[in-house]
Amino acid sequence: MTRDDIVLEVKDLKTRFKVGKKIVNAVNGATFSLKRGKTLCIVGESGCGKSVTAHSILQLLPPVGYIEGGEVLYTPHTGDRPKSLSSMKRSGRAIRSIRGKEISMIFQDPMSTLNPVYTIGNQIMENLRHHEKISKAEARERIVRLLTELGIPEADRRFDEYPHQFSGGMKQRVMIAIAMICNPNILIADEPTTALDVTIQAQILELMQKMQQEHGTSVILITHNMGIVAEVADDVAVMYMGRVVEFGSLRQIFTNPKHPYTRALMRSVPVLGMDRSQELASIAGSTPDASTVFTGCEFANRCVHATDRCRNHFPEDREVEDGHRVRCFLYEEEMKQ
Amino acid sequence: MSEKKAILTLEHVSKEYTGSAKLFKKAPPSVKAVSDVSFSVNEGETFGIVGESGCGKTTLGKCIVRLHPPTAGKMWYDDDGRKLDLMQLDQDESFRLRQKLQIIFQDPYASLNPMHNILEAFDEPLRVHKLGSREQRREKIAEMLREVNLQPDYMYRYPGEFSGGQRQRICIAKALAMQPRLIVCDEPVSALDVSIQAQIMNLMRRLQRDYKLTYVFIAHDLSVVQYMSDRIAVMYLGKVVEISKSEGLHTDYKHPYTESLLSAVPIPIYGQKQKRIILEGDVPSPLHPPAGCKFHPRCRRCMEVCRHVEPTLRPVGTDGHMVACHLYHEPEEIPPKNE
Amino acid sequence: MKKTKVEKAAASSLAKRNLQKFLNNKLAVVGAVVLLLIVLLSVCAPLLTPYDPLYIDVSQKGLPMSQEHPLGTDRVGRDVLARILYGGRMTILIGVVSALGATLLGAVLGCVSGYYGGKIDKVLVYISELFQCFPQYLLILLLVGLVGQSTRNLLVIFIATGWTGMMRIVRTRVMSLKEEPFVESCRANGIRGLSIMFHHMLPNTLGPVIVNATLQVAGYILSEASLSFLGMGVPDDVVTWGNILNAAKRLDIIQTMPVLWIAPGLAIALVVLSINFFGDGLRDVLDPSSL
Repeated sequence: MTRDDIVLEVKDLKTRFKVGKKIVNAVNGATFSLKRGKTLCIVGESGCGKSVTAHSILQLLPPVGYIEGGEVLYTPHTGDRPKSLSSMKRSGRAIRSIRGKEISMIFQDPMSTLNPVYTIGNQIMENLRHHEKISKAEARERIVRLLTELGIPEADRRFDEYPHQFSGGMKQRVMIAIAMICNPNILIADEPTTALDVTIQAQILELMQKMQQEHGTSVILITHNMGIVAEVADDVAVMYMGRVVEFGSLRQIFTNPKHPYTRALMRSVPVLGMDRSQELASIAGSTPDASTVFTGCEFANRCVHATDRCRNHFPEDREVEDGHRVRCFLYEEEMKQ
Repeated sequence: MSEKKAILTLEHVSKEYTGSAKLFKKAPPSVKAVSDVSFSVNEGETFGIVGESGCGKTTLGKCIVRLHPPTAGKMWYDDDGRKLDLMQLDQDESFRLRQKLQIIFQDPYASLNPMHNILEAFDEPLRVHKLGSREQRREKIAEMLREVNLQPDYMYRYPGEFSGGQRQRICIAKALAMQPRLIVCDEPVSALDVSIQAQIMNLMRRLQRDYKLTYVFIAHDLSVVQYMSDRIAVMYLGKVVEISKSEGLHTDYKHPYTESLLSAVPIPIYGQKQKRIILEGDVPSPLHPPAGCKFHPRCRRCMEVCRHVEPTLRPVGTDGHMVACHLYHEPEEIPPKNE
Repeated sequence: MKKTKVEKAAASSLAKRNLQKFLNNKLAVVGAVVLLLIVLLSVCAPLLTPYDPLYIDVSQKGLPMSQEHPLGTDRVGRDVLARILYGGRMTILIGVVSALGATLLGAVLGCVSGYYGGKIDKVLVYISELFQCFPQYLLILLLVGLVGQSTRNLLVIFIATGWTGMMRIVRTRVMSLKEEPFVESCRANGIRGLSIMFHHMLPNTLGPVIVNATLQVAGYILSEASLSFLGMGVPDDVVTWGNILNAAKRLDIIQTMPVLWIAPGLAIALVVLSINFFGDGLRDVLDPSSL
C-alpha cells in the first residue's frame, strides 16, 4: 500500500481532560488512518473516547481538554506534504482555515446544533462566506442547489425558514449541508443518526453515501451500531477505554475479528432473523470509570482470555495481516511464525 | 404447544389527549396517541410492540398499567379465570391488580428516586401492598437482588452509585419483587450500551422462564424486539398495522410499512447489504393525521381506496397473522364520495 | 429503620463529599464562620456584657467609647454594645422564623398545586400572582397599620406575604418531577398521592428550597430593619438592629454619634453578606448538576 492515498493519519493520539485535580485519559493511544475517498468507522461504547478522538483531530476540545501526545497528519491532496494538525495552535488561523472548509463535522443532535433564531439558509451561508469570498446571491444559489441535492423539497422557499419548521431528519440534512457546502476533503460525522428513527436513519445514511460518491469526500463515521458499520464502512477502528484495540478493513474486522472485545461486541447484538433460542454473548461486568488508571490491557478485567501478563503489561499494536492491527497478547505467537 | 390462554386482551383501546380552552386561547386540537388498538397477550409469552417515535407505543404501554387510562375501549385481564375489565374496577380491586401489572421504563437513571436508597425504593410498594412482614420483605429484596446478579448489601446504597446497566437490573428486580404476572417493558435496553444490552436481554429471558412472566416488550429497534418477542405488533401513528409471529416476520411480512421498517434496519454482517426501501418524507404529525390509511402518503403501493378508507386489522393466512392493509382485504365500508 | 454499618458508611461518604465541595468554596466558608460567630455572640450576649439593653440611665447618656462602654451609650444612656448584641437575637430570630414559615407554607402549597394541577393549581397561582403584583412593602405597611405593631404580627405578615416565590419554585419542580419515571412507577404501584408528594417529590426539591430559604433569611432581616427604621416594625421596647437604627435617625446623632448608626448598619450588612455567601456555597453542594 502506498502512503499517498491516505488523507488523514492519526498516530498514537493521546487526549487528556483535567477535571479538578484528576486527569482523565479520554484518548490513550489512538492510531488509525483514513484513505482518500473512503469511509472509516470508529466503533465503541459510550465513554470509549470515540467522540473525543474526532474532536481532537480538529482540536475542538473544551478548555479542560488538551492533546498530550501523538500526531494528526493531514494530506490535503495526493502528493502534498502532510500537515500536522496536532501541532497547530489551538485556535490559530491555520486550524481555523481548515475547520469547516477542508475538514467539517456533523454532530449527533441536529435539534440543538442549529441556532433557533437564524434561518437555516443564514446558517449555511455563514460557513460558506466565512471561507470563500463570494456574493450573497451566488452563495444562495449554491446553497439552494445543495439543499435540493440533499433531498429537501422546495429548497428555495425553505432557505428562509427557521430550524423549528424542520423535522429531525430534515435538520440533519441541513447539518450535512452546512458541513458539505465548502466541499470538504474530510467529513467527520459523530453519531449522525443516533437521534433519528430507523427509516429516517436509512434516508440519511443513503444520502451521505451518495454525497460521498459524488464529491469524493473521505468520511469518518463515529457510531456504536455495528449494523451501520457493516453497511457503510471501508475500514473500521474499534475503540475501548480510549484506545484503538483493533483496526482493519471491513472484511477483516467482520469476518476475522481478532480482539476479544471486538468478537464479544459482534456477538452481543441481536441480528434480524436470528435464532431466538440462542443466548446473546454478553461481556461480563461494566465499562470501567474513565479515570481508572490501568497497569495493563484495559479490557483484561472483562476478558475471558486474560492472563496475569495482560493485567500487568500493555499489549503493543501488532499487524496480524496486511493492514489489520490488533492490540492483544493473544496474537504474539501468530506473528512470530 | 399447550392451550394458549390470553392474560390480557385489548379491545378497541384508544387514548385521546384533549386540550382545554383557556382565556383568549382556543382549545388545541385533540391528539389520538393510540387509536382503536385490539390484540391479546398470551400467558407466558413476550408480546413485542415496535414502531418509530411518536407512534404511540409508549402511551399504549402506559395505558396497560393504567398510568394513563385509555379514553375508549376495554382491557380484559384474566385474574385466575375471572375476566376483569381493567377500566371498570372498584378501588380495592384496581389497587390489588396494580401489583400484578408492573412496568419498567427506558431511562434507568430517572426510574429510581435519587433521594431513596434501594431498600426504601423496593420496600415502599411491598409495604403498601402488604406483601409480608418487615423481615420477609427484606429477605425478598435480598433474594431479588441476588436474582439479578447484584449483591444483597447493595440495598443500602443510593441510585447515584450504580451504572446504567446496574440500575436497569435494579429496576427489573424491583418490578419482580412485586410478584407480577405481566411486565410492560418500555424500551428497557435502548438507553444502554451494546454489551450491557445483551446482559439485560439475557437476564430478562432467564427471569421469564424462571418466574413464568408475561412481557409486553416495547422498543424501536426491530432486531431487539424480534429477538425478545414471540409475537410482534407493528405500530404506525397510533394504529397497529400488523401483528405477526416474530419468527419469520423478516421474511413473511405483509404490510408495506413493516417491509420498509425491516429494510431500514442495518444488518451487522459483512456483505449482507439490505435492499433498501427508502421511505419518502417524515412521519406525519399526529395532530393532523392523513385521511384513510395513515401510511398512504409514504406508501409506494398506495391505491385510490387507501386515501379514503381506513383499513381494519384482519387476519391473513393462519396462526394469527393480522394486517391492516387494503392490499390483502376488500375495504369493509364503501368509500364515501368526494365532496 | 435501623441503620447498618454499610448504610452508615454510604451516608458518611456522601456527607464527606458534600463537605469537601462546600470547603472548596472559600467565600462560603468565610460566610459560614462569620454567621456562626454572630449567632454565637448574640446568643451569649448576657455573658459578654453586664448591661441590660433596655435599661435607661440618663446620667450615662451620650458617653463616648470607653473601657466601661466599648461602643459608648446612646442618648438615653443605654449601652450600645449590649443593644447590638441583644438586638441580634431578635433580628436573626425574626429572619429565621419568617423564612422557615414562608418556606414551609410555600413548599406545601407548591407541592399541592404542582401535583394536583387543575382548579386547585389555578386558584393558588392566581393568589400568588395577586401577592406578587402588589408592591410588597406597601402591603406590609398596610397590614401592619391594620393589625397593629407587635413581633408576632410582623412574623405572621412576613409569612403571609412571603410564601409566593417558594411556592413557584416548588410548583415548577414538582410539575417536572411528575413526569419522571420514578414517580410514574409509584403511581403504577398504587402509592397514594400524599406519599408521592411528600415522600418522593418534596425531598427532590429540597436543594433549591434550602438555598432559597437561606437567602430569604437575609431578605427578612433587611425587611425588618427597613420597617423598624420607618417605625412600622416591631415595637420600640423590643431591641432589634432596625430599632437601634430608628433611634439614631436624628441629624444631630448622625453627625455627632456615628457609632449609633454605623454599628447596627455594619451588623446588618455583615449578617446579610455572610448569609448570601453561605447560601451560594449551599447551592454548590445541593445542586446535583454541579461537580
